[in-house]
Amino acid sequence: MAEVLVLAELNAAGGGVRKTTLEALTAARALGEPSAVVLGAPGTAAGVKDALAEYGAAKVYVAESDDIDAYLVAPKAEVLAQLVSEKSPAAVVIPSSPEGKEIAGRLAIKTGSGFLTDVTEIAADGTATQVAFAGATIVHSQVTVGTPIDTLRGNSVTPEPAPAAGAEETVSVSISDQAKLAKVTDRVVEQKSSRPELTEASIVVSGGRGVASAENFSIIEALADSLGAAVGASRAAVDSGFYPHSFQVGQTGKTVSPQLYIAVGISGAIQHRAGMQTSKTIVAVNKDPEAPIFELADFGVVGDLNTVVPAATEQIAARK
Amino acid sequence: MNIVVLVKQVPDSGSERKLDPADNTVARAAADNVINEMDEYAIEEALLVRDREGGEVTVLTVGPASATDAIRKALSMGADKAVHVVDDAIHGSCAVQTSAVIAAALSQLEYDLVLCGAEATDAQLSVMPALVAERLGIPQLSGARKLTVEGGTAKIERQTDGGYWAVEAPLPAIVSTWDTINEPRYPSFKGIMAAKKKPVETKTLGDLGLDASAVGLANATSKVLDFAGRPPKGEGVKVADEGDGAQKLVDYLASQKIV
Repeated sequence: MAEVLVLAELNAAGGGVRKTTLEALTAARALGEPSAVVLGAPGTAAGVKDALAEYGAAKVYVAESDDIDAYLVAPKAEVLAQLVSEKSPAAVVIPSSPEGKEIAGRLAIKTGSGFLTDVTEIAADGTATQVAFAGATIVHSQVTVGTPIDTLRGNSVTPEPAPAAGAEETVSVSISDQAKLAKVTDRVVEQKSSRPELTEASIVVSGGRGVASAENFSIIEALADSLGAAVGASRAAVDSGFYPHSFQVGQTGKTVSPQLYIAVGISGAIQHRAGMQTSKTIVAVNKDPEAPIFELADFGVVGDLNTVVPAATEQIAARK
Repeated sequence: MNIVVLVKQVPDSGSERKLDPADNTVARAAADNVINEMDEYAIEEALLVRDREGGEVTVLTVGPASATDAIRKALSMGADKAVHVVDDAIHGSCAVQTSAVIAAALSQLEYDLVLCGAEATDAQLSVMPALVAERLGIPQLSGARKLTVEGGTAKIERQTDGGYWAVEAPLPAIVSTWDTINEPRYPSFKGIMAAKKKPVETKTLGDLGLDASAVGLANATSKVLDFAGRPPKGEGVKVADEGDGAQKLVDYLASQKIV
């Protein structure tokens, strides 16, 4: 069976594989037999190999070097290009993070290939599904030159275990000076949160301008915590200083596609819809019955979020 | 300090955008075209660096003749001059091809720093800095929420989920900026008038030493096979809160087996 390279996206130091990696391994099986590629500092692969094998990696290529994490993007693209040249895979699948897309782009140029980003589905013939323009348009695309490279959007595919051998193969690494220009000197975490990652969460609760203040976002956080959800915010809420920018959902923020999206006090401007329109189920709470968010909502409550949301939080907690 | 800002004209993300069924490319002719919002932050950052370090800001655009509107906007904010690569053969080019055009155009300019928006709101690839860096062999400092340039080194804070990475590189480098980096200025009346007299040089593929076979829809590295509108959602349920709104909401979540 044809080999498909899947770049493993890992959590920070020792945190294991990200769900996006398991999704990529699952999606890659449509095209052939996945081989995972682990790139990082020495010792990176030890803690993640088993998970990769469980989700279908017949082989695990391990390239470990301090240079890989010390410089931005370029070293990873270089090692992947080396593997593409040695293994001639049928395709390369990469989780669609900012770094993943940049690696894909550089890899495309290095290997004389085309690439597609934010793919939501991969068919056996290589046809990729993408959503364009705020989720309003669904596109089928194909790479026509070289080795197809797809970056897979998070939460598009349900990870399914498919135990495989996970045979480790060490890749010798020698990063060129050319790839060692942009040096990462520090990695700073400013907001430690026990909540799930916004783009990976299966439930997202977002607040908008209607939440009215930064303090009042505690209502949104409480509902999110009762559901084990991530917290998001509309651009209007972020611009008003209610919530930090890194939680912004929309055209100029994150794109999320959870099982359930709850929009609270969000009118539903195109800017916001762009980031959440592909959510499976959408629930809205807004005091304006004419708010465009209700056109998207599977279930909507017209009412004051300050009474509806805390009461709903209480009832959800009581059910546990 | 010579700075080049990459600027793209895009269909307004606040209006309805479409693909053209004739060739599956972005329907630009019928759209309300504007400067890519994220590029305004790159222009502002370029102006701030120029005003500190001296030098010139050049706007570089690849796009149809109508993209001059985006160029004028950038010049009216305060950029000094512009290069507009316009050639019918470029229509329908993929990102890989477009990066070759941009790299060729940059190679004909003097630059210490290249700036661009971290994302174009039409295609949302966020890859151009990586592609251009790969082609030119210059460092990529992408996704910046903060930039400092000092003594031949550029340092950024690369925005991440819940924090940032500090990344630095020697100049020349390409830096892309998010909307967290600054607050772009509005063009003044004086700026708008001055922009009309600023030089805009147009270049064709031939001027860049590129062959038409390297670009365009027919030679793209990927193609759109077909597209369709998202199927309309079934009519949702909307209830007015009469003291029971929370109950109904939780009942709905229960019916979906969420709680």
